[in-house]
Amino acid sequence: MKLTINQKNYEVNVDIRTSLLDVCREYLELTGSKKGCDHGQCGACTMLVNGRRINSCLTLAIMHDGSEITTIEGIGCPHDLSPLQQAFVTHDAFQCGYCTSGQICSAIGMLDEYRKGWPSHVSETLTDKTPLSPKEVAERMSGNLCRCAAYPNIVAAIIETRPLIIQPINQEEKNSSLMANKSKCDQEFSS
Amino acid sequence: MSTTEKLVMDHPMDSLLDLVSEAQVGQGVSRIDGPLKVSGQATYTAEYPMDGLLYGYLVSATIGKGKIKTIHDKTALVVHGVVAVITDFKRFLRNPQQGGVNLAPIQGVKEIAYFGQPIALVVAESYEAARAGAAALKVDYERADDGAFDLIKELKNRKPIDWITDKSEISGDPEESLLTADIKVDRVYITPSQNSAAMELHASVAYWEGHDLIIYSSLQMVASCRASLAHALGLNPKHVRLISRFVGGGFGSKLGISSESVAAAIAAKQLKRPVKVVMTRPQVFESTVRRSNTRQRIGLGADANGKIHTIIHNSIVTNLSGELFFEPTALATHFLYQGKNREVKYEMVRMNQVLAGSMRAPGEAVGLLALECAIDELAELVKIDPIELRKLNEPERDPSKDIPFSSRHLIEALETGANHFGWKMRSSIPANRREGQWLIGMGVASAARSNSLKPSEARVTLTPEIKVIVETDMTDIGTGTYTVLAQITADLLGVPLSVIEVRLGDSDFPPSAGSGGSWGASSSGSSVYLACKKIREQLAAQSNIPIEELDLKDGHISSLNGSKSLKELVTKDIVGIGKIDAGKTSKKYTQASFGAHFAEVAVNAVTGEIRVKRMLGIFTAGRILNEKTARSQCYGGMVFGLGAALMENLQHDSRDGRITNHNLAEYHIPTNADVPDIEVILLPETDRLTNPLHAKGIGELGIAGAGAAIANAVYNATGIRVYDYPITLDKLLDRLPSL
Amino acid sequence: MKAFAYFRAENAVDATKLMNQHHGKYIAGGSNLLDLMKLHLEIPEVLIDISRLPLNDVEETSEGGLKIGAMVLNSELAAHPLVRLRYGVLSRALLAGASGQLRNMATTGGNILQRTRCSYFYAPDSACNKRIKGSGCPALHGLNRMHAILGGSAACIAQHPSDMAVAFMALDAVVVTLCLDGSSRQIPLDDFYRLPGLDPQQETVLQFGELIIHIILPPPPMGIHQYYKVRDRASYAFALVSIASIIDIDDRRIRAIRLAFGGIGTIPWRNKQVEEFLVSAPPCYPIFAQAADILLSGAKGAGENDFKIELTRRLLISTLQKAVSGDHS
Repeated sequence: MKLTINQKNYEVNVDIRTSLLDVCREYLELTGSKKGCDHGQCGACTMLVNGRRINSCLTLAIMHDGSEITTIEGIGCPHDLSPLQQAFVTHDAFQCGYCTSGQICSAIGMLDEYRKGWPSHVSETLTDKTPLSPKEVAERMSGNLCRCAAYPNIVAAIIETRPLIIQPINQEEKNSSLMANKSKCDQEFSS
Repeated sequence: MSTTEKLVMDHPMDSLLDLVSEAQVGQGVSRIDGPLKVSGQATYTAEYPMDGLLYGYLVSATIGKGKIKTIHDKTALVVHGVVAVITDFKRFLRNPQQGGVNLAPIQGVKEIAYFGQPIALVVAESYEAARAGAAALKVDYERADDGAFDLIKELKNRKPIDWITDKSEISGDPEESLLTADIKVDRVYITPSQNSAAMELHASVAYWEGHDLIIYSSLQMVASCRASLAHALGLNPKHVRLISRFVGGGFGSKLGISSESVAAAIAAKQLKRPVKVVMTRPQVFESTVRRSNTRQRIGLGADANGKIHTIIHNSIVTNLSGELFFEPTALATHFLYQGKNREVKYEMVRMNQVLAGSMRAPGEAVGLLALECAIDELAELVKIDPIELRKLNEPERDPSKDIPFSSRHLIEALETGANHFGWKMRSSIPANRREGQWLIGMGVASAARSNSLKPSEARVTLTPEIKVIVETDMTDIGTGTYTVLAQITADLLGVPLSVIEVRLGDSDFPPSAGSGGSWGASSSGSSVYLACKKIREQLAAQSNIPIEELDLKDGHISSLNGSKSLKELVTKDIVGIGKIDAGKTSKKYTQASFGAHFAEVAVNAVTGEIRVKRMLGIFTAGRILNEKTARSQCYGGMVFGLGAALMENLQHDSRDGRITNHNLAEYHIPTNADVPDIEVILLPETDRLTNPLHAKGIGELGIAGAGAAIANAVYNATGIRVYDYPITLDKLLDRLPSL
Repeated sequence: MKAFAYFRAENAVDATKLMNQHHGKYIAGGSNLLDLMKLHLEIPEVLIDISRLPLNDVEETSEGGLKIGAMVLNSELAAHPLVRLRYGVLSRALLAGASGQLRNMATTGGNILQRTRCSYFYAPDSACNKRIKGSGCPALHGLNRMHAILGGSAACIAQHPSDMAVAFMALDAVVVTLCLDGSSRQIPLDDFYRLPGLDPQQETVLQFGELIIHIILPPPPMGIHQYYKVRDRASYAFALVSIASIIDIDDRRIRAIRLAFGGIGTIPWRNKQVEEFLVSAPPCYPIFAQAADILLSGAKGAGENDFKIELTRRLLISTLQKAVSGDHS
């Protein structure tokens, strides 16, 4: 099967039962996405597929040829962190770090949903755009469990970074800015 | 000159950290491993690529008690990709080991002691094939009909238990004095089993190099786990290398080795290839560690003014047969409040349920859910504010042992918190504040968690390039150890954080206390402190500077005679080894961290839904080593407390012991949306009796009492006291206001 | 998970042809099916991937309703401008379900077929009449806090977990399908689900291979649309009880009302008698209490879930009281 992950094409020959998460972790050495439950109950495996955040444990890799997949490795690398990743460090928005990749990918997807005007369960109205309050962020990020409970810091990091991520831009531009770090990181990892 | 500095804490001592100007210690330094973690580059156990890797999938027993008659290997071996069915009835672990034990846990899996006990390992070329093989494996059982699955039925079989995790206590005549007390509370509190639910699944990857086992395993304590693994496999520990560099949360569940490690090692040996075994989430729930369920009787007797004279805390707890651990619910009860008539005792009910062991703050976490609610109830009966009641019963010395506290600032914490939280806004009359459909209430509870120091060793190397390498087998399970050890090193050697490399989680490094019991930072930090002290002495000697004049700063060594760069001075590696151990100060003084919890909750008057609106924790834990990571630990503990108070409940079917909510959809831990406006205030404190850092444990302090503050707030909001945790809405429903 | 053959369908007709040929299972979002397959609760030998069928549009019908493609994602349906504007109860129900990630995977067609969360159903080694006919129902005398109080039988009390379907029930949704023989059916959601009876394996009236292609919503009913979900934590949890309500109040009288319930039924629950009773009576507490009595007349707890009866009663009465008083919070 052919997969496009972090703008890189992969051809993999794996068992047809393999989830998108397991393909990345077990065959492509992209272990940044984590397995915490394997059943869509924790969010540690969150990736962006065609810009949407999903639980990569609950989807078959075979179903994703042609999809644009972004994992944490495509967001930024240790020496060149994206603003959101940097904010996670500054705000101590993690402890053990195991849910963190999923939190960050989820936050990027979530902010894009917010940009598009999607309401949430806690939004006062369905029709007017609600301010991105801590309560809104918390609800929208509730698909990512964190047993260390870095939740308040996760919310703070996202709110601080939001102006840098949400801009009224079109999808292509968004993808390219998301991938800005990409080529540099590739070199770093291969060296 | 010896390179080893050894210290046994027999006396109070000054700390070199107090001499450092512009110190790193105490600052909110961002985690030095942070960039790796936020970019997915921190490598956890299951993530090391290996040639020829095989995948193992544990097979779990589907009966609660009995024995295996036959395992039909062929039923799995016919599955495409399956390489082997590994069974070892003698060496496979019946259950995980407890923390800090150097021996193997109970081994042997032919007898089934609990539902979900791992009994075999199916190994295959892919994870998918191993999973299919495990599902296909047919096992014949002989079911025993005397399984202990129903606690109520088994209560009659309870037996006294003592000494391993807590000591029973009796002084005065507590039953008699309770009977005759002017004011008394006598209640039974029930807490359910809970699971640590660390986000990273328990995992091991094992391979052999000749007779040597190399095993990556997600564990909190490397040295003892290495020893127990070696013991379980019949090896000399020197033939086992255990690596645990990043641990995706533990909270007690990874203190000791679990089944997957031994299974992976045995399979790798037999198949001569590396084998990876990652538990599934249900397997983590069913076969690692739970916090024991408890039934705690709290008896409090006081005079009419609220002066307590009687404290009884008797607990019934559960565990598997043969296990010495019992949930030490009364750890803090021994010293939290004064009163001359005291009793603490424990009874054990043996159940065919997954191992009970340590989960974040074993003892205090559930003990204070009982004690601190009883205190709240007593205050109401005395008709004084619960904070006033606590002040009235503040002991000057440990009331059980009659020895002093090393440091104790409970009252300051309560008072600071009361001011900051707006405690005076609380109505002393319950169910007296309503906002629309929501009933609002506030609650308070004390926080206390015993402090300890454990033997720990570290090696620090200063190289001529002025790189500093810190090595110890200590782990960082999210606690911030990498960062804190670097901060200590930076201050004591006068070098920037950027030149320090901290290497952890490898049994090739000096043995440490490991992460558990909130002693990790103090113990391993002290060993690093001592190692650095030794390097300071060598530098002083080398430059003929009296040690008391030595000043290390910005990569320079200075004294009254001037300054010189370390680069000029250091021509070969300078090594310091530090070893710390507890001594007389832990016997002569009661050491604990203290604090206060405040909570405001809203309870829906129609449905009983409970939403925590605000939480505030005020904590004193000696010197705070890293303001940022310490605060995060406190948040984490407080949210654990929220979970315990309102939602966490591991449910065993009373017919066969099956855990029915063995996943993260049905075993509820708090989500982001459950967490309120939460604040932490760390009060300044140092404690010269604890360790050279003057620090005390903080990782578990946040949970101790947090849930009780919420329960007390629920009472204040509704006038309903629930004695059976978690406080779910169904327990309020019949007493809510009528519509 | 057993190995399976995999085919990707390009369109609905193609999908049914593949199904005819291979007798497999359709997979769309996969968020429920793969969950079940990993636990060997579903063991299909063939998967027919329908995730790319061109059924992801939400269109207005000539009658003024909506035609929702079966592949429309839960998240996109919840956020669709017309749904937010006219079918608020549907938006709200969707947003109360699962998580942002799962809503980005789950499809409209898949969600209404979501299987129960009964823990005995979810334990492959356990007896369960829904999985193995006649094997027994451990939930009846077991841990059943989440289970249904309405619509159960001696064979099964498993609750239906969907939030979306509850709103659809209130909205008189119609399921449009394509059968293997090429014919199409329009099935009102009211007739779509089957009570467990003695055969809880049969959950819907769908025939083998019948593919859901659209959901049709009639023009939106007048009134205030609300969805209130009671659960054990603030987010990312299944309902204990939920209520979808569309209430049209005129001069403090109920002119029209639709009520559907989640968490309490073996199927998404709607009892039109309750609605008929309410429009014919003055809006006051005794009437609301009687309405609750009608709703819950057949309700039966199995022990741990007994509280759902009182919770539902309180929630219904409170919902009506708030509607009449004009409190839409």
